[in-house]
Amino acid sequence: MIIFKNVSKIYSANCHALDNIDLTIGDKEFVSIAGRSGAGKSTLIKILIREEKPTQGQVLWGKQDIVQISNRDLPLWRRQIGMVFQDFRLLPNRTAYENISFAMEVGGRSNQEIERDVPQLLKLVNLVERAEHFPNQLSGGEQQRVAIARALAHRPDVLIADEPTGNLDLLHTWEIIKLLIKINELGTTVILSTHDRDIINGIDKRVVTLEKGKIIKDDQNGKYILF
Amino acid sequence: MLTTLVRVIKSGWANFWRNKWLSSAAISMVSLAIFGITSLILVNVLINSLIDDLEDKIDVSVYFKLDTSEEEILLVRNDLVKLTEIKGVEYISTEEALNRFKERHKDNEVLMQSLEELNTNPLEASLNIKANETSQYDTIASFFNQGNYQEIIDKINYLENKAVITRLASITKTIRQVGFIILLILAILAVLVSYNTIRLTIYSSSKEIKIMKLVGASNWFTRGPFVIEGALYGVIAAIIAILVMYPLLWYLSPKITTYLPGTDLFYFLQVNLIVLLFFQILIGLVIGVVSSLVAIRRYLEV
Repeated sequence: MIIFKNVSKIYSANCHALDNIDLTIGDKEFVSIAGRSGAGKSTLIKILIREEKPTQGQVLWGKQDIVQISNRDLPLWRRQIGMVFQDFRLLPNRTAYENISFAMEVGGRSNQEIERDVPQLLKLVNLVERAEHFPNQLSGGEQQRVAIARALAHRPDVLIADEPTGNLDLLHTWEIIKLLIKINELGTTVILSTHDRDIINGIDKRVVTLEKGKIIKDDQNGKYILF
Repeated sequence: MLTTLVRVIKSGWANFWRNKWLSSAAISMVSLAIFGITSLILVNVLINSLIDDLEDKIDVSVYFKLDTSEEEILLVRNDLVKLTEIKGVEYISTEEALNRFKERHKDNEVLMQSLEELNTNPLEASLNIKANETSQYDTIASFFNQGNYQEIIDKINYLENKAVITRLASITKTIRQVGFIILLILAILAVLVSYNTIRLTIYSSSKEIKIMKLVGASNWFTRGPFVIEGALYGVIAAIIAILVMYPLLWYLSPKITTYLPGTDLFYFLQVNLIVLLFFQILIGLVIGVVSSLVAIRRYLEV
């Protein structure tokens, strides 16, 4: 369970990225955060992974307030969540296999676990043959699948995807979305931020719509509505 | 803990190889820095050996009146040796002085003839004194100003050469100081240039560092591979520096010796090879590791 309580982020006097957000995301839920560019989607997600701190408010994960996590304990929090970004953010000097194993090494997992899990993850994202390829040898869709496999390497309870299809063509976009839905069905909470109307209308799950830093709509089985 | 260390070293090694061009650039810069610093040290060795040579040529002679007995002079000598400033005292008897005089002027017939006509030995016995440092001759000269010595001493040539000796002392002192300051400035320059090169290599990985942090790597797990990379730069650069220096000195040293007799840099290198190599590796390690640590700091705050 993730609870945003009264969260605001003010960059400057006339730039309120988030304005008193109250939001509860249940376990194993699939939530889409919709809204135009600049509506506050990315800020919401940056606060969740503690890339940024909110100006005020609490973000509760169980009993823990994410905002209060010290810099020293930050890595521990990030190992509990999986992150997927629009620009993939793979390590350019490491192969697909190594990118995934890196996430596990970071968490101090044993070599046996890594040798057992990484092929499974590659299989899940259907990239077994591409294991030894470097990111620049992979297509955008393939890179994003590596990134998803990496995000899952920690066996996170929550997978956060920030515009994961923003750099992909239509075919690859649906490939990624289907993968996210499959991951959600396997029992992981998925938070997907997107401004793509077709995706949101096609998923048929909960949609939280942001506009100018405020939640203007929160629908189960929602549709994307433009005002 | 051990697994983590192995992983950090492995990934540092992999980074090093996969960024061959960047690594070579960094190694050449660090290598140049080490080469520069070592050359400066060798030049300093050269200057010091020249100055030592020069200082060794300075001495002070105390001449005793002709009627002074050998025992008296040797007593003075015993007193002198007790002074801490003294490096060595040589006693030259009247006969010895005569022999040396004859040897030196054997080609000068007029002098030789007049010496023979004299029939007696006109030369005084003397003590030839060398001090540890040029500036100490003044103290030594004042030692002879004590009352009981005045009667047997004829003259001290220090008083005649005083101006030259003090000037020489101040020149050698200045050369040493200026040499040291130049060494220091150039060494700092070399270190700064290497630091900047390593900073650039880390800047090129700044995105990677951010990704590592977002995937949940601790600061040390992120930093580790870069520190290992920096250390590798340093060690390899040091080895390259000595591999270039050895044949270079082998070739240059005889040429330097013809200009500045009494110096042999190649011999110095051979004798101190291990110490020098360790010193270079140490410089390389410090430059590589410290630069990486400092340069990466600002990228870790994600």
